[in-house]
Amino acid sequence: MDQNDALFRFLLRMGDSTLILGHRVSEWCGRGPMLEEDIAMANIALDLIGQTQLWLGLAAEVENKGRSADDLAYLRDAFDFHNLLLVERPNQDFAHTLMRQFLFDAWHKGMLIGLADSSDVRVSAIAQKSLKEVSYHLDRSRDLVIRLGDGTAESHKRMQDALDILWPYTGEMFVGDGVEASLSGIVPDPATLRFEWDQTLRAAFEQGNLVIPEDDFAHLGGKSGRHSEHLGFLLAEMQFLQRAYPGARW
Amino acid sequence: MCEKPDVAQIWEWLGDVPDPEIPVISVTDLGIVRDVVQDGDGVIVTVTPTYSGCPATAVISLDIQTALRAKGVENITIKMQLAPPWTTDWLTRSGRQKLQNYGIAPPSAAGGPQCCPQCGSQQTEKISQFGSTPCKAAWRCKSCLEPFDYFKCI
Repeated sequence: MDQNDALFRFLLRMGDSTLILGHRVSEWCGRGPMLEEDIAMANIALDLIGQTQLWLGLAAEVENKGRSADDLAYLRDAFDFHNLLLVERPNQDFAHTLMRQFLFDAWHKGMLIGLADSSDVRVSAIAQKSLKEVSYHLDRSRDLVIRLGDGTAESHKRMQDALDILWPYTGEMFVGDGVEASLSGIVPDPATLRFEWDQTLRAAFEQGNLVIPEDDFAHLGGKSGRHSEHLGFLLAEMQFLQRAYPGARW
Repeated sequence: MCEKPDVAQIWEWLGDVPDPEIPVISVTDLGIVRDVVQDGDGVIVTVTPTYSGCPATAVISLDIQTALRAKGVENITIKMQLAPPWTTDWLTRSGRQKLQNYGIAPPSAAGGPQCCPQCGSQQTEKISQFGSTPCKAAWRCKSCLEPFDYFKCI
């Protein structure tokens, strides 16, 4: 694969994942289980969407076809999105949202640490910037996963259910393909991120009395544009304005 | 036609441009203006964002342009620079003091406020790592019982 094409694809994987998760988390705005969590989720959504502007902005620059970050966010259909399947999973209850966040944050932080060392200074700059924000995200999601996992019988059950359901969507984060292989030195090999991620999870789950499912089956496809039905509904809402009123400006 | 302002003069003017979300401190107090250089007739101001999604960033660029234009500077270019990423270490000493006086505890390497900005008590507790803006956390004083903002250390 041509290195420029590979970089474009990789930047979409990053930017689409932060965009879709940012949108999902923003769905909680005004509906959080308590005021502090409502505010935390709105802030995290904002960080993720801010990071999206950087990743998709660079993707547009690398593609060099006159598209902007906004064009990429609002004018592509589901099969052109390259986000992880994990981030398009619906919010369900608070436990589910939180577990999804923790599984993602732990991976995200490791990925950004790897990207901060990128030989491409543009990639490294975005990663260094994002890393500071994501460290706070991980602190919060880890803390709450432990507290709710080790909380009441009800909160424990909900956290374990969420982990069981979301687990098959985590394997994809560590499976590389031609995109990463073409970008040696620019992006880390996804497989190398697994060990640290695993350590982070095990330490938190031990404190939170949560058990990692034994079956390691992994759904794949998000990173190459094959998505679950949930993404289409999300895009229908997120892209509505630009679809109904093309070119509308703030 | 007024004389071309020098860089020191521009820095001084920028010191009067308030942060849109925390107007008690200026954009230079915040440490987000990284460089000012003259470029022919115009001036290039290099700015770095605090948080990548902070909505104040766009307003700050506009406010800088408006303030400099009001002083007669034309041809203002705002350059966004991501690296090195902004850190609260770049808050000036006077900026930290202004935050404290305003009721926002300034960042501290210990990861929490040194004292309650209202009553000065050191008996404080964290409510949430996320607060009213991306750069602040919510804390509470156990002595005067008032909640307060803490400027997060990043």
